[in-house]
Formats: sequence, C-alpha cells, structure tokens
Amino acid sequence: MNNPILEVQGLSTTFHRGGVTLPALRDVSFNVGKGEVLGLVGESGSGKSVTLRSVLGLARRYGEVTGQVRWQGQDLTGLSEREMRHIRGREIAMIFQEPMTSLNPLLTVGRQLTETLKAHTDLNRRARKDRAIEMLDLVGIPAAASRLSDYPHQFSGGMRQRVMIAIALAVGPQLLLADEPTTALDVTIQAQILDLILKLSQDMDMGVILVTHDLGVVAQTCDRVAVMYAGRIVEQGAVRQVLKGPRHPYTVGLMQSVPEGVAPRTQLYSVPGTPPSLAALPQGCAFAPRCAFVSGPCAAQRPELESVGEGRELACFHPVEALDGVASKAGAHPASSPHMTEESAA
Amino acid sequence: MSEVTVNTTSNAPKRMTRARLALAKPGFLLGCAIIGISTLLALFPQVFAPYDPNFIDYLAVRQPPSWAHPFGTDSLGRDAFSRVIHAYSVNMQMAVLATVFALVIGVVVGALVGYYRGIADMIFGRVVDAVITFPFLVLVIAVVAVLGPGLINMYIAITMVGWVYYARLMRAEVIAQMGNDYAAAGLVMGYSDRRIIFRHLLPNAITPVVIYWMTDMALAILLGSSLGYLGLGAQPPQAEWGVLIAEGRNFITTAWWLSLMPGIAIVLTGLGFSLIGDGLADLLRPRG
Amino acid sequence: MSETVLEVDNVTLAFPISRSLMDVVHRRPGKVVRALNGVSLALQRGETLGVVGESGCGKSTLARSIVRLYPPTSGHVRHHGQDVFGGEAKKDRDYNRRVQMMFQDPFSSLNPRMTTGQILSEALRVHEMRPEAEIPARVAELLDLVRLPQDAAEKLPHEFSGGQRQRIAIARALAVEPEVLIADELVSALDVSVQAQVVNLLLELQDRLGLTILFVAHDLRLVRHVSNRVAVIYLGRIVEIGDSETLFSNPSHPYSQALLSAAPSLDPDDKGQAQHLSGELPSPLNVPPGCAFHQRCRFASARCKSDIPTLRSLPNRGEVACHHAEEISENA
Repeated sequence: MNNPILEVQGLSTTFHRGGVTLPALRDVSFNVGKGEVLGLVGESGSGKSVTLRSVLGLARRYGEVTGQVRWQGQDLTGLSEREMRHIRGREIAMIFQEPMTSLNPLLTVGRQLTETLKAHTDLNRRARKDRAIEMLDLVGIPAAASRLSDYPHQFSGGMRQRVMIAIALAVGPQLLLADEPTTALDVTIQAQILDLILKLSQDMDMGVILVTHDLGVVAQTCDRVAVMYAGRIVEQGAVRQVLKGPRHPYTVGLMQSVPEGVAPRTQLYSVPGTPPSLAALPQGCAFAPRCAFVSGPCAAQRPELESVGEGRELACFHPVEALDGVASKAGAHPASSPHMTEESAA
Repeated sequence: MSEVTVNTTSNAPKRMTRARLALAKPGFLLGCAIIGISTLLALFPQVFAPYDPNFIDYLAVRQPPSWAHPFGTDSLGRDAFSRVIHAYSVNMQMAVLATVFALVIGVVVGALVGYYRGIADMIFGRVVDAVITFPFLVLVIAVVAVLGPGLINMYIAITMVGWVYYARLMRAEVIAQMGNDYAAAGLVMGYSDRRIIFRHLLPNAITPVVIYWMTDMALAILLGSSLGYLGLGAQPPQAEWGVLIAEGRNFITTAWWLSLMPGIAIVLTGLGFSLIGDGLADLLRPRG
Repeated sequence: MSETVLEVDNVTLAFPISRSLMDVVHRRPGKVVRALNGVSLALQRGETLGVVGESGCGKSTLARSIVRLYPPTSGHVRHHGQDVFGGEAKKDRDYNRRVQMMFQDPFSSLNPRMTTGQILSEALRVHEMRPEAEIPARVAELLDLVRLPQDAAEKLPHEFSGGQRQRIAIARALAVEPEVLIADELVSALDVSVQAQVVNLLLELQDRLGLTILFVAHDLRLVRHVSNRVAVIYLGRIVEIGDSETLFSNPSHPYSQALLSAAPSLDPDDKGQAQHLSGELPSPLNVPPGCAFHQRCRFASARCKSDIPTLRSLPNRGEVACHHAEEISENA
C-alpha cells in the first residue's frame, strides 16, 4: 500500500456511562489504501464497531474521541459536524449489520436513493433516476427499474443489504465502512454480498474497512487484517501472513477455536474465560488473564503495538513462533488444521 | 481440559447503583415524601387537625385565614384546615380503593386473555372497544346514576370501568413477554399454565401496570373529588376535597381560600403519585 | 444395536396467515406459511443428529415441534413408539422431562427476575426430581456440572455473560435428567472463543450422561464437528441425510454442495475459488412446485420442475432427495 487514503493515528474513544469510564478504544492506528480491503476482527466489545463510528465522527456525540483521522491529508477530528456531513455519504460511506434499521421504512427505495444523490451531487431529476436504476442494477437487484417504487419491507434480507449498498455507493465514495454487513444473513447470501463488495471495491478503486467476527470472511475477502482485543489492535498485517502464521496468542486462540480440520467430536481448543469488561481492564496486557504464555511483565506492563517487519505489527511480549509450540504449550488437543501443519512444516 | 470458568463479571453493585440512582432522583424522593406525609395525615388526621372537622361554630363564620384558623372557617364556622386534613382519610382511601380492585381484576384478566388468546381474547377485544370509545367520566357517572350516589357505589362504578384499562395494558405486556424464550422454556419444562402465567410472565409484565397504577391513583383522587363536587361521591357533611370545593364555590369571590386549599391538596397528592410512578419506571426496569 | 428414541414421521406444519380484507373481497384463499413439508427422521440413542439449513428453512420449527411448542398439521412425533401429540399423551409431563430443549438467545431464554438457584430448583421441584431437602445440594451439583461458580446460584441472569447464560440453560435442561436434548442454535449468539467452550461442555456431558442430541445450527463447521449424522433442510424438506463425515466430505445434493462451498474457508489461498449459489431462498408462502431447489440449481431439468424428489439411498452415501443425484456425484 503506497498511498494511504485514510491514516488513523492513536485513535482513542472513551464513553461515560452512569459514572463509569469505559475506554472503548485505545491508541488505534491503521491505514487504508485505495482499493484495499482492511478487515477488523474481534469479539463483541473489542472496539471494532466503535472504530468505524469514531472514524466517521459518529462516536463523538456519545463520548470523547482523541487522536488523528487523516482523510486524504485532512484531519477529520478537527472538522465541525457540518463539514463532516459533507464527507459522510459523499466521500466515506457506511453500511450496517441490520439494513432494516438504517433504511427508512416509510420511503420508497427509489426515493431514498435519489435523495442521497440530490444531497451530494448536481445531477438533475432525470439523471438521478437513471443513476438510481443503474445502482440497483449494479448491486444485482433484478428488474431494477420496476423496484424503485417498492418499500424496504418488500425486499428480503439479502436484497435489503444490496439496497443499502446501492445507496451507500450511489455517490461514488472512496471509502466504504462495512459494519458486520453479512452477520444477519445466511451463508449463501453472505457469499453473494461479500463477492459484491469485493467486486465493487475493485471496479471503483474504493477502500473498504470490513468489520467482522468471522475469520473465514476475512480470509476470503480482505487484503489486510487488524485483530482487536479490548479496544486495542493486538496484531495487524497481510491476511495471508496473519492467518497462516498468527503470532499473537489471542489470534492463535481465535483461529484454533474454529472447528476446522479438527477430529470430529473431540474437544475444541478454547480460549479460557471471557473478554474483560471495559470498566475493569487489567493493568497490563488485557489478554494476560486468558493467555497461556503469560509471564511477569504481562500483568504489570502493556506491550505496545510494534512493527515486526514485512508490514506486520504485534503487541505481545511472547509472540508465538510456530503453531506446534502453541498447541502443546496451551495444553490443547493437537490442532491439525491443514494450513497449520503446512506452516509448521515450512 | 483447558477450560476454566471465569469469575462472573461482578455486576452485583450495578443493582444497588440503580436503586441509589432512583433514590438520588430528587423527583422520586419528593414524591415519596409527599405521599408519605399524605398517608400519615390520612391515617391519623386527629393528631394533625387542631379541631373536630364537623364542629360548628356559628360565632366564627367565613373567617379569613388567621393563626387560630390557618385556612379560615366555612359558612358554618367549621375550621377549614381541619376539614382539609380530615379529607385526606377519604381521598387517600379513594386513591387505593378505587384502583386496587381494578388493578387486581385487570391484571388477572389481562394475563389470562394474553396467554390463552382465542375466543376469550376476541370477546375481551370487543369489551375494550366498547369501554374505550366512551369517555371514562361519562361511563362512571352513568353507573353511579344507576347504583345511586355514595362512596361505595362510586368505588364499584370506577372498578367496573377501570379494570379494562389495566387488563388491556397487562394483555399487551404478556403477549410481548410471550415472545421471550423463557416462556417457551417453561412450556418445554412441562410447567403448568398457572405457573408460567403467574410465576414467570406476571412478574416481568407487571412493571408498566404498576407505573400506570400510580398515575391512576392520582386520577382516582381527581375523579373521586369530581364526583364529590357533583354530589355523586362522598356526601356532605363528610370532609372530602371535592365536597369542600363545592361548599366553597358560592363564596369564591369573598372566601376564595375555602375552595383553593382543597384544590391544592388534590394537586399535591396527584403530583406525589406521578413522581413516584416516574421513579418506579427506572427502578423496576429489569437488567442494567 | 441402535435403538430409536425419537421418531419424526412425515411431519408437515403450516401456519395460516390471517386473510387480508383484499383477499376476502377477491375471494382469494388465506395464505399459508408452509414451514415443514413432510419431514421424517429418527434419533438413535446416544447419537448427535445435526440439522443444518438457512434461516426460514424450518429447522427451528422442527425443533420446536418436537418439544410440542407447535403441534404439527399432519404427521407424528413418536417417543419410544408413543405418539406425543395423541390424545392422553398431550398432557403427559413426563415427555417434557425426558425431551428437553435449549434456545438460541441466551438473553431471552431465562426469566430475568429469577436467580440461577431459583431457576434450577423450580425445575427440580416441579418434576419432583429430589426431595425438598436435597434440592440445594443438587443445584450446587448442577452448577458444578456446567462449570459455573457456586455463587452463581444467588445471581440474576443479567449478571452473566452470554456463554454463562447458555451454561445455565444447559443446567436447567439437565436438572430434569432428560434423555434427549434439542439444541436450537445453542452457540450462534456467542463469540467464537466462547462457542468452543460451550461446545466442549456439550460433548463432554453427552459422553458422561449418554445423552441423545438434536443439534440445530446454521454453522456448518460446528455441525460437522459435533454430529454423528447430519440432515440438510431446504424449505421444510430434508434434502440429504447421512453420516456426518461422508456428507461433509462428499455432499450429494446440489444444495448441500452449495451450502458447503458458501461457508468461507479459513485459508486465504481459497479466495475467489468457491462457486457461489445465485438467487435466494423462495418464500415459504409460495413453495415452488417440483423440487423446491430447482430455481437455484444448475443441474435442474424439466423433471425437477414438476416431480418432487423423495429421499432415497445412494450407495456409499446417505439418503438424498434429488432426481440427478447419481450423475452429480459421478461428476463430482
């Protein structure tokens, strides 16, 4: 990635709920290049959705956001709400997990599409309608012209997600923020939607940040991936490298919990415990209480995210070298995922 | 076995925090104070009232407020302050008796029709339609007109109409709760309908009903004194706010305090119940 | 020798939708959601039968129908040969004790106003599993069984995480010592790392207690991991059923194949390799004639549009409901 369009530097977001301070996001830094798909993975509460909302300036209404979000050289955090509105929708678009809540149920799909176009382009009425049909067609809605006058509830879940993508992309944004866009969908539909996002990103040379909890989705869709835990990025790098040779114990644990390539009906490897509450984060590494490699410094001091070469970054005092070592040390059942054996053989 | 059970995220303090938050709400505290004092006045009026409310003193008729008679005296020389205090007994009794039977009947009927649906529910729907389309007061007055005036008949009349509102609320809430899997889990466990309705659904469905009850007690006082004012509720010489207002109405230009003071008492208790209802809405919400 | 514990025999289930005014005016018949269209399967003692399919395919309806939450429109559910919906049996509480269910949403399946201890002791008390005096000890034992700390008994559901709540739901089901567990998307709402913990617990408990499990889920990897046999459901019909490993490594029905290839692989090298199914699940309001899958199937022929394929055995495979199963598996 030579020329990042989005550079996020030290982004931190803090919410206050009933006298409790919740550090939802801490010191998050990443870049997204043109036409690049970045995956943000993590479990619930890891801060992946908050990241998207902080980038888009939606989080600052509910909490404090500090750090830099440089969009094509301009720092978004300093912009007024008015200036942000200009960028939102036109340059950076966002789609959500549940399309029904972000589509207005009282307006036809055509109306919602043309209104976006009206707000962000100089197209005239006629051109807007043509563009709306073109977009519905582009996202694969059959008989697009005749569906402009339909309401959101007349579409199925997958089709609704397509409509939302059509609206988000109608103005031709350079960056798409996708918050679990396929979690509510079935696998066969999920595959279609991911294919669509990938194809559109290539055709339009558009950057994408894809938030998901499914490592399979990352493997099949993203170029790079950032793994988040308790509001921080713990590992970041090219998808091939990270998924084939995960080095943070949490990433390793996530990968091994997936029942793939494991003897059927045997015990799965599982990360013990549950993610920490944001209100009571451990002092040192947030993963230390669940980590098999934990040692003295882990509990006392937090490892910083540092480059380990080849564009990879890691925040761990005891990075995992080879997967074989993990399996035995974690006391897990020898996980023998095909790519894991590949890796250890290499 | 790599599995460890981790300590449950300690949310125990959260429950207390919520209770404390509700108590810290000045509105809720004020409501509790008002209703607490009103209850004391209602239970022991003779302790707080300086005179017998029905003691007639023809030598001190329609006196303006003074140290001896803080709210003045009425046209028969009775101490207005003592009458307002003694009226608390009747009016607070109204708040409870005019609503509590409606509450119980409404909760049970609403829970049953909401749970079983079917024909009973369809009949209930018609009853609701019939009752809701009439103004509440008109219906109650019609019933009182048939039964004859008086406190007991007024309670009967209000209950006959009022339970429908509770039942409607309860039914909707039970149906909403039925959408939760704990109700299905109860059925799968083989629990009896009675257990599922009263042990599982009811405690979860009753919160809005209780909150409505608080508002309804305020309304009951208003309704009761309206009927008293119209001569259909409490009968003179009983000290009751509506009756007191009615008694003062002829002297509104010369002795305005006779009607104003019971009016303030009505507003104050109504406010108290509303404030408590508001606080309870926060307090009774399950989960954090 | 296997013994059939539970038998689902040609069950159909249709939910009528109330007719709209326009329907009445135009004398159209009321619409009907056809959730199950003749499902038959048998659960053998001690096995795990996985049920997979997309949302709306009827898998949850099947699960709920087995535990008598939805009575079938036609067909039978038999427990040790006894029809569980027939006359007297309907009121038979013992069936509820012996066939238990666990639900998907851990935030709605527990009464928010009852502590874990109350939830468990209620189950013990209603079914008179233990004399009153022994109930607290049994509650402690159950918490231990699902690896929850003892102080959990005093706590309300909202004080637990999703995974812990599912453990409570498992403990509640086990309290009445059932022989069959129906797990409807038991771990779908949980985070990946917690999923593994709950699945491990389920497998271990099955071993220890000799449970028979119907594992309903949409996550193919999970179903493959926990099941001995698997049934694939499409629009209220079983399209393929058979040994789990055979079915997953060599799916015979085109839909099973599509479902498998749609599940995103963990290997980045597979990117762009998979062939994805086009089209969507038809509405159960309007089930296509013939094979319900024909509109999305690349092998569909004229016959598929008119004749409903029935389940039949294939050599070295399970049972498949497809007119072209032989050709497809030969080419595969």
